[in-house]
Amino acid sequence: MTNRTFVLACLTPLLVFSVAFLALPLVRLFLVSGESEAGWAIYLDILRKPRYLNTLILTVLVSLATTVAALAVSTTAGMFLSRNRFKGRGILLSIMTLPLAFPGVVIGFLIILLGGRQGLINQITPGHVVFAYSVIGLFLGYLYFSIPRVLLTVMAAAEKLDPTLEEAARTLGASPFRVVVDVILPGLMPSLIAAGAIAFATAMGAFGTAFTLATDIDVIPMVIYTEFTLSANIAIAAALSIVLGVVTWALLLLARSLSGTTVSAGG
Amino acid sequence: MLNSRTKLIQLTVTLTACAFLLVPMILSVMAGVTANYFQGISSGLTLKWVFRVWELYADSIFLSLWLAIACLISTLIIGLPAAYGLARHPGWLSRILEEFISLPLAVPGLALALALLQLYGSMKGFRISWTFILVGHVLYTLPFMVRSILAVLASMDLKTLEEGAASLGASPWQRFRDIVVPNAMPGILAGSLTVVTLSIGEFNLTWMLHTPYLKTLPVGLADSYASMRLEVASAYTLVFFVLIVPLLMAMQWASARAQRIAQ
Repeated sequence: MTNRTFVLACLTPLLVFSVAFLALPLVRLFLVSGESEAGWAIYLDILRKPRYLNTLILTVLVSLATTVAALAVSTTAGMFLSRNRFKGRGILLSIMTLPLAFPGVVIGFLIILLGGRQGLINQITPGHVVFAYSVIGLFLGYLYFSIPRVLLTVMAAAEKLDPTLEEAARTLGASPFRVVVDVILPGLMPSLIAAGAIAFATAMGAFGTAFTLATDIDVIPMVIYTEFTLSANIAIAAALSIVLGVVTWALLLLARSLSGTTVSAGG
Repeated sequence: MLNSRTKLIQLTVTLTACAFLLVPMILSVMAGVTANYFQGISSGLTLKWVFRVWELYADSIFLSLWLAIACLISTLIIGLPAAYGLARHPGWLSRILEEFISLPLAVPGLALALALLQLYGSMKGFRISWTFILVGHVLYTLPFMVRSILAVLASMDLKTLEEGAASLGASPWQRFRDIVVPNAMPGILAGSLTVVTLSIGEFNLTWMLHTPYLKTLPVGLADSYASMRLEVASAYTLVFFVLIVPLLMAMQWASARAQRIAQ
């Protein structure tokens, strides 16, 4: 066997698998989306019909809020953890990366323990405080999911920042605020955009968390799921899946071109 | 460093975030070993909920472990030679192929599952077998395996090593077995641990692909959250934590090690 045929043989299982179980199914999904009475206009319907348009807007808003909050929290914590060495730092870091392995359903359940009817907040506050099944609960679930991922991206970038630049800025009389705005944030910017894109894309497509929490909230993954299982409206489920997939894929492509690394979306 | 007030704000944010992540985990563990969660810890500690979980859901735990092993073997068989092929032929075609098989990292599992169901849903024998779920898991974890091995292979001078071996008369298969595989070991280890961890925790695809007779651990979890009392759901989550946390730690250790070697 020659070199060339050996290398080709090495790639064959991958090619066969990804054509059979990735390329062909995705093509089929796309074709199915055009098979309803609406035809290909179904993609316009997503923007025209209030039910789908509202779903789209709500999903984007919750995802944006998650992204902003996760960036704020994780950048602050990430800078702190990468610039300071103290007792317990390792433990804090472990706690903050532990949720990486939790599927969305488990995170949904953790939010229920916090804000459900038997939840901690409802028990320690007077009155009836239940937020797990509201948009706030969903937002907290997405935030829980995103904090570890954004944190790791930010910390990897923070390790590469040159601390002498900050020192130079300070000796030139810059206030701490100006150091953050003029030195640290510009240095972190590519990673922050990348991490933000990851957080946003993950929140847009998060099914597990929405499955446990968003029983009454219309976010895209839940609408896809209910259209498919309950209404058997397969064309619209397929069309929404295609739109969702294209959006998250494009965002993560942007993220990777900016940071060179990816933390898995999943969820 | 910045002044101490800034530091104090940073510390507060960090600790608040930690509390937000940790407190629900503690609540979950507590609820899983408390006799009656509504009455609180004073009702006594017990393992009866864990035993109940074992009675109800042991099958799901074994299915998940079995799937994880099958998924590991499949991703090794497909991913290891593929990573070698991609490393030996870096070029635009390889880039596109790598990009393409990485789609499942970006496209939500729900969409992939729908796609699989549209194409193979009518093949009844396949649809109701455990291999249908396996396909979903392999689809999702394969890019992690390929990239993990590829990163290690790309960092070494594979061509020179192989030319040396070839000049001594080694066949392509011998070179693959005796040079590529041993050198790729850190990447294989990191990739394997990632695949197993992700497979055990996979929900999005599995929920759509599973049948009532084939419930994996996360599918069982979703089931218990919807229909069981809080203590049972918590105990089940506790079992999941016990399984997944050591795996995550091993995976992080192996990935850091592979990254160091790749640099």
